[in-house]
Amino acid sequence: MKRGWKNIATWVGAAIVGVAAFAALFAPLLVPHDPFLQDLGKRLLVPFWMEGSDPQHLLGTDQLGRDYLARLIYGCRISMMIGVTVTIVSGAIGITMGVLGGFLGGRVDDVVLFAITTRLSLPVVLVALAVVGLLGSSMTILMITLGLLLWERFAVVARSTTMQVRNLDFVAAAWCAGCSRWRILAGEVLPNIASHLVVVATLEIALAILLEAALSFLGLGVPPPLPSWGLMIAEAKDYMFFSPWVIMIPGVCLFVLVLGINLLGDGLRDAFGARTDP
Amino acid sequence: MLRFFIRRLVVALLVAATVMTLAFIMTRLSGDLATSIAGPSATQEDIEAVRKAYGLDRPVITQFFDWVGRATMGDLGDSFFFKRRVTELIGERMPVTLTLGLTGLVIALVISLPLGILAAVKENTALDRAVQIVALLGQAMPSFWLGLLLMIVFGLKLGWLPISGTDSWESFIMPGVVLAFSAVPALTRLTRAGMIQAMGSDYIRTARAKGLSRASILLKHALRNAAIPVVAIAAVQLGFMLGGSIVIEQVFALHGVGFLGWESIAKNDFPVVQAVVLVLAVIYVGLTMLADMLNAVLDPRLRGA
Repeated sequence: MKRGWKNIATWVGAAIVGVAAFAALFAPLLVPHDPFLQDLGKRLLVPFWMEGSDPQHLLGTDQLGRDYLARLIYGCRISMMIGVTVTIVSGAIGITMGVLGGFLGGRVDDVVLFAITTRLSLPVVLVALAVVGLLGSSMTILMITLGLLLWERFAVVARSTTMQVRNLDFVAAAWCAGCSRWRILAGEVLPNIASHLVVVATLEIALAILLEAALSFLGLGVPPPLPSWGLMIAEAKDYMFFSPWVIMIPGVCLFVLVLGINLLGDGLRDAFGARTDP
Repeated sequence: MLRFFIRRLVVALLVAATVMTLAFIMTRLSGDLATSIAGPSATQEDIEAVRKAYGLDRPVITQFFDWVGRATMGDLGDSFFFKRRVTELIGERMPVTLTLGLTGLVIALVISLPLGILAAVKENTALDRAVQIVALLGQAMPSFWLGLLLMIVFGLKLGWLPISGTDSWESFIMPGVVLAFSAVPALTRLTRAGMIQAMGSDYIRTARAKGLSRASILLKHALRNAAIPVVAIAAVQLGFMLGGSIVIEQVFALHGVGFLGWESIAKNDFPVVQAVVLVLAVIYVGLTMLADMLNAVLDPRLRGA
C-alpha cells in the first residue's frame, strides 16, 4: 500500500523532471515565438482560459508584449542549466572535502568540519546577492557563486558515509591486497557512497533552482532580458493585483519543477536505502 | 561538561574570525571600490577624493587589520550612504528582523509539532502520508512567490491583513507565515522521526506496562524525548530564518536588517554589507551554540560528550 503510493510519487516526479529536461534541451524548437521579441501593441494579453485571449499566444504576453509560453520554456532551460551546473560545481567541492575528511580523519577532518561550520554560518542569500552585486550579474557569475556556496550538504553526507565505508571489511581487504590510498578511494569508497550522493545531488538541484529564482526576483540573479522564472515574477509584480495570472504562471512552474525534483529525490532515497540527513 | 562548552566557544570564535575575513575579501572582489562608490559620472579627482576620505588609499592589509581590530571592539565603521554608524543602523533595524524571525519560528513550531506527532501516532496511514505530502509541498514552495500569493488573497481580495510596512503586529502575520514555511518541512519530519523512535523504545513499553494513559505516555514520555532534537534544530532554524529573511523583508517592505543589506548592496555601501554578513553569521553561531547547550541540559545522556 505504502509502496504503491511512494512509487506513484516517484514516477510523477520523474515525469515532471523528464518534461522539464526535454523543454530545456529543445527549447529553441519548441517555442512558438521569439521569447525576446517585444510587441508593445500586444501587452499583457490574457492566457487561453480567460475571456479575450489571443490564440497566437496561448499563455498570453508579458508587460512588454513578449510571448509568455516562449519565455516560460526558455526559463525552464535557465533553471535546469543553473540547477545542474551549480550542483556539479558544489558536488565537486563538497564530495572532495567530505571524502578526504572522512577517509583521512585527524587534522584534515578537523579542517573539513570547520569549513562546514563556517559555511553554515554564512547567510547564503545575502552573500550571493553581495557577490553578484559587486561583480555584476551574469549567468556564469551566478552559477559559480552558488556552486561555491552550496557544497555543505555534499560534504556532510560524503564525510559520514565515507566514515562508515572506511571501516568495512572490503576496504581492509583492499589495504591488505596492497592497493594505494587513491586506488581505495576511487575504487572502493566512491562507488559505495555514490548512491547517497546522487540523492543529495537531486535535492541540491532543487535548492539551486529555488535560490536562483529568489536572487533573480531580488534583481541580482539572472540579468534581464533573460527569462528566468524568478525574474519573470519580479517584472510581473507591478501587475499582479490586476492580472494575478502574470505571477501565477511562472510561480506554478517553479513550484511544480522543484516538487518534481524532490519527489524523484525521495524516491531514489527509498530505492537506495540512503540517508541524507546530516 | 565545561570542557565541552569551552571547546564549542573556541570553535565559535574561530568561525567568527573566518567570517570576518571572508566578508572583507567579498567586498573587495569588485577591484576598485572607490570607482564604484564615486559613481559613473565621477571625475578622476572625485575618485581620488573618495579614496582618501574612506581610507581606501591605504594598503589592503592595513585596511583589513583596521576592520578586524575595530569590529572586534564592536565598531563596524560608518555607512557611506546613510553617513551614520553601522552599529546604529543595524541596531535600529534588528527589532524588525528579530520579530519576524521569532514570529516565523513560533508559527513553524505550532504547525509542525502537532503535525509531526499526529503523523508518528498514525504511522503509515493516510494521515501520515498527508502530513508528508504537506512537508513536500512546503519544501517546494518559493517563499517570495508564496508571499505575493498571500498578498493577493489576504491583502487585496479579502482585505484582512496589511500588505506591507511594520505599523502593527498584523503586519508580521503574512511574512511570519511565509518564513515559517521554510522551516515546517524539516521540523515536521524531525518531530515525526523522533516520536516514532521514542514510541518504540523501552521506557515507553515500561510506561505502557504500568498502565499509564495514552495521552500521558504520548505527551509526558515520548514528546519530551522527541523534543530534544527539535529544540536544537529550532534554534538553528531561527538562525537560517534570520539570514533568509532578506527575501521576505523585501517582498513585504519590512525595513529589517536583511532589507538594509539588500539596499546597501545596491548602493555599494560596503561597510554595511560586510557588517550585516558578519552580524547575521555571529547570531547564527551563537544560536547553534545555544542549541548544543540546550541539548546537553535537556538530555543528561549527552553531557559526557
